[in-house]
Amino acid sequence: MRKLFTLISLLIGLSLILTACGGAPAEKVTLTIESWRNDDLSIWTDKIIPAFEAKNPNIHVVFAPTAPADYNGVLDTKLQGGTAGDLISCRPFDASLKLFKSGYLTSLSDLPGMSNFGDVAKSAWITDDGKDAFCVPMASVIHGFFYNKDIFDKYGLKEPATRDEFFALLQALKDKGETPLVMGTADQWEAATMGFQNIGPNYWKGEDGRLALIKGTAKFTDAPYIDTWKDLAAWKPFLPSGFEAEKYPDSQSFFTLGKGVIYPTGSWEISQFEKDSKFKLGIFPPYVQKAGDACYISDHTDIAMGMNAKTPHAAEAKVFLSWIASDEFAKLYANALPGFFPLSSAKVTLDDPLANEFLSWRQTCKSTIRNSYQILSRGEPNLENELWRVSAGVINGTITPDDAGKQVQDGLNKWYKP
Amino acid sequence: MQQSKQRSHFPVHVAVFLAPAVLLYSVFMVMPLINSLRLSFYNIGEQNQMSYNGLQNYVKLFTDSNFAPFFWRALKNNFVFFVIHVLVQNPIGLMLAALLAEGGRVRNFFRTVLFMPTVLSVVIIGFIWQLILNPLWGVAEGMLKAVHLGYLFGPWLGKPESALITVSLISVWQFVGIPMILFYAALIGIPDELTEAAHVDGATAWNIFWRIKFPLILPTVGIVSVLTFVGNFNAFDLIYTMKGANAGPDFATDIMGTLFYRTFFGQQLQLGNPTMGATVAAMMFLIILTGVLLYMFLWARRVQTYEL
Repeated sequence: MRKLFTLISLLIGLSLILTACGGAPAEKVTLTIESWRNDDLSIWTDKIIPAFEAKNPNIHVVFAPTAPADYNGVLDTKLQGGTAGDLISCRPFDASLKLFKSGYLTSLSDLPGMSNFGDVAKSAWITDDGKDAFCVPMASVIHGFFYNKDIFDKYGLKEPATRDEFFALLQALKDKGETPLVMGTADQWEAATMGFQNIGPNYWKGEDGRLALIKGTAKFTDAPYIDTWKDLAAWKPFLPSGFEAEKYPDSQSFFTLGKGVIYPTGSWEISQFEKDSKFKLGIFPPYVQKAGDACYISDHTDIAMGMNAKTPHAAEAKVFLSWIASDEFAKLYANALPGFFPLSSAKVTLDDPLANEFLSWRQTCKSTIRNSYQILSRGEPNLENELWRVSAGVINGTITPDDAGKQVQDGLNKWYKP
Repeated sequence: MQQSKQRSHFPVHVAVFLAPAVLLYSVFMVMPLINSLRLSFYNIGEQNQMSYNGLQNYVKLFTDSNFAPFFWRALKNNFVFFVIHVLVQNPIGLMLAALLAEGGRVRNFFRTVLFMPTVLSVVIIGFIWQLILNPLWGVAEGMLKAVHLGYLFGPWLGKPESALITVSLISVWQFVGIPMILFYAALIGIPDELTEAAHVDGATAWNIFWRIKFPLILPTVGIVSVLTFVGNFNAFDLIYTMKGANAGPDFATDIMGTLFYRTFFGQQLQLGNPTMGATVAAMMFLIILTGVLLYMFLWARRVQTYEL
C-alpha cells in the first residue's frame, strides 16, 4: 500500500512540474479568432495579423478556423464548454443573435469605430430593438456568374442580360459540345445559395419581396418563387453529367480546369479562381426576365466579428475589434480578399478588376440579402435547410417547383406568425 | 464455520484488481451514458436554464411533425443499412473465411489485404470512394466502359434511390474483414479429424461445409450478427464524411447517427438542441439494447455449443 502512495505522489509531483513548465508566463497576450473561413488562413496569418501586430507589439493574434459546415455547431459547443477563442466570427442574423442573448457575446455599441458603419451594415448583428450591436461588420459577398472568357471569345459569344439570352447561350454552348453550366447538387447548399438566392432577387424584386415574406404578405407559393424554381429546373440539361453526386470542390476544380463554361457562384471565389485558372475570367450579373427590367443583386452581409464575453483579455480584444472597424483594415481586407467587400463607410479602392466589376453592380442594381437569413430561420423546420433540400430536389428533378413552394411554405406556416 | 470465516475475510485483492477497470469504465462510460439519458428528460430554456420536462421530449420525437418523420426515416434507413450488411457483408465474410481456411500458399497475403480496409481511417475510405465514383473524374465509369457496361454507370452517390445502397456497400467493403477474421478463426479451430472422417464416409466438400463446419461455427454467426447490429446502429462517420450532416440527397442517407448529430450540434442556420439530441441518443441506446437482449435470450441460449 505504501508503495502505491509513493507512486501516486510521484505522479502528482511529476504532473505539477510538467504543468509548471508548460504554463510559463508569456510576455504577450494571445488572442484567438474563431472563424469558418479556413480558405483565408494564409491571408490572415501572412497579411492581416502582421499588420495589426506591427502596431500592437504586446498582442499576438492566432487565426483558428473550423470547417464552414461545422462552424456553428463546434462554436456552440466550445462556448458552452468555455473553451472558445477570444474573438468570434459572427454569422449574420439569428445564429449570432442567439449567442448574444445567451450571454456569449458582448455588446459593442460603444466600441470606438462602430460609427464607421451604416445601419444596413449593422442590421445583421444588432438586437431586434436596435439597441445593442454585438459584432463589428466585416464584409459582404455578391452573387453572380463567372465564365470562361476564352471559350466565349472562341465562339464569339457575349454575356447574357435576359433569361432568354441566358438559355440561348447555354444551348449554343451545348451544341458546340461544351458543358455549359457547372454546378453540383450533392452538397445541396449550392443549389439554394448559388441558384435560388442568386437569380431569385430578380423575380421577387429584392428587398420588397424579402420584407414581404417577413410581413407575411408574400408566400413561397407565389409566382415569383415558383418561377425561380422553374428557372432552376431548366438548368438541369446543361449541367455536367452526374451533377447529382458532384460536390462544391468538384465544381470549383471542374470550372478552373476549363471543362465547364459558366459557373453560378459569388464574389468570394475571386482569389481562388484567379490563382487556379489558366484562362481569362469574366463575370455577369444574374439575368433579368426582359431587357430593361430593374435588376437586383444578392449583396449579402456575410461576416462580422464579436468578442467572447468570457475572454480574459477583454481590453486587448477591444483594441483588435476597433482596428477591424478602422479604414486601414477595410482597405487591407478588401484587397487581400478580393470578393469580400467592406461594409464600412470608408472609401476603399480595390486593385482587383473582377472585384471592382462586382462592386460596380451596386451602382446599376439594387442590393438585397438572402431571404432566409433574417427572422425566418428561427424556427423548426429551419427555412434555410428546407431551401437547400428543395432547391437541390428541383434541379435533380425529384421535386416539382410547385411542390417545392408548398413544402417550404407549409414548413414556415408551422411556426412563423408574421 | 468455514462460511462465516470466508465472510469475515473480505477478498481485498479482488476489489483491488477490479478497481482500475471499474473506475475507468464508470467515469468514462457509465456516468456519461446515465447523464445523457438524464438530459433527455430536460429542456433548455432561452437563458440556458434547465427544467425537468418528463417524457415530453419523447412525445415530441414520436409525434411532432418536425421530428417524427425524420426519426422514422432515419430508423428505416438504418434498418436498410443493417440488412445490407447482414445480407452482403456477412455472407461474403463467411465465403472469404472458408476460402482462406482451405489454405494455399498465398493465404497470408490475402488475409492481410482483405483486412486492410478495416484498419484504414474512415475519412480515407470515404475520400477514396468518392473519387472512384465521382462522375467528373472518377475511374468507375471508365472501368465499366472498358467492359462495355458504361451505360450502367450513374451518379450513384447523388441519387436518392441509390445513395443509401452505395454508402452501405462502401461500408461493407470497409468492414468485411471483421466477419472474415472471426469466421476464419472459428473455422481453423475445427479439428481436422472431423473433416477427415467425413471425407472417409464419402461426403462432398459442399456437404462437409454446410453439415459439419457451419453448425460448429454457429455461435460465431451469432456474435458477428450482433456486432454488425451494434456497429450499424452506431454508424455515423462514413455517412458524415461522404454526405455531410444533412445526409443528402433529400435525407436519403440519413441514419440515426447523422440525425443525432444534426439535432444535437445543429447545422448551418439550424441551432443545436442538446436535449432533443440526447433523446435521439437514448432511442439509439434502447434500440441497440433491445437487439442485444434479443440476441442473448433468443439466440445465445438456444444455439448448441460443442466442445471440440
